[in-house]
Amino acid sequence: MKIKDIADILNAEIVCGFNEINREANYCFASDLMSDVLTIDKDNLLLITGLSNLQTIRTAEMSDIFAIIFARNKEITEEMKKLAEDNNMVLLKCKYSMFKTSGILYKNGINPVY
Amino acid sequence: MQFEYKIKGGDFSEAGTISSKLKKILKQLNIDNKIIKKVVIALYEAEVNVIAHAYNGKVNIDIDTEKIEINIKDKGPGIENIAKAMEKGFSTATSKVREMGFGAGMGLPNIKKNSDKLDIKSKVSEGTNLKIITFLNK
Ligand SMILES: Nc1ncnc2c1ncn2[C@@H]1O[C@H](COP(=O)(O)OP(=O)(O)OP(=O)(O)O)[C@@H](O)[C@H]1O
Ligand SMILES: [Mg+2]
Repeated sequence: MKIKDIADILNAEIVCGFNEINREANYCFASDLMSDVLTIDKDNLLLITGLSNLQTIRTAEMSDIFAIIFARNKEITEEMKKLAEDNNMVLLKCKYSMFKTSGILYKNGINPVY
Repeated sequence: MQFEYKIKGGDFSEAGTISSKLKKILKQLNIDNKIIKKVVIALYEAEVNVIAHAYNGKVNIDIDTEKIEINIKDKGPGIENIAKAMEKGFSTATSKVREMGFGAGMGLPNIKKNSDKLDIKSKVSEGTNLKIITFLNK
């Protein structure tokens, strides 16, 4: 599924990375634990998280995660946005909980990692 | 090709800046993406460990045609029982570290998984030395 369609079905705001919104996400992982995110080796991976800090973006950069959905409208700082933009990453802000966000994406055919 | 960087303990805002630089260098060298990911994840975990558990550190990276060798040397409390520290789930991380999304005791096992050779030396109340080797033609 394309990121722009994901943003649509989640009623999510695209905060940055407009050039990448036609990319396909095949897999999704939902976690606030960056230690765990760093153990995953899947391509075209999407992350749903409630943890909003610079390390969330850094972790995604190292893990080749190109899109992050921040659940419950977690605040995205300018510094996070800048780092995401430097790495051609899409950041989405969504008002739903991690549970609901995950449920919607799962129902729409995005694959789980485990 | 050799590079040297410094790490300041406790400063989470800087965690990952060295891995990020290395990632850009390896991309320019046209190294396979799978290898790049392994190397930068291992270095990132090691960077976070110095910041979370030690006082300061130094990273030396040596790239030749056969391998990438990374040495991370820190001044810090050291690791008393390396075998135990290597176990999944063992962590002495503070609540501050956990708030940052780390401290699950998964870093060292993940460095092992993402390296071809890992050598850990540590002296209690002096510091820790990690050598991570990744081969380029396998
Ligand atoms: N550079 C270091 N200096 C001192 N102790 C360390 C160092 N690196 C690791 N340790 C010790 O080994 C333990 C396990 O490290 P590991 O990286 O596996 O987990 P963690 O850092 O606690 O959590 P995570 O990596 O999941 O964020 C740490 O909690 C700490 O006690
Ligand atoms: Mg660690």
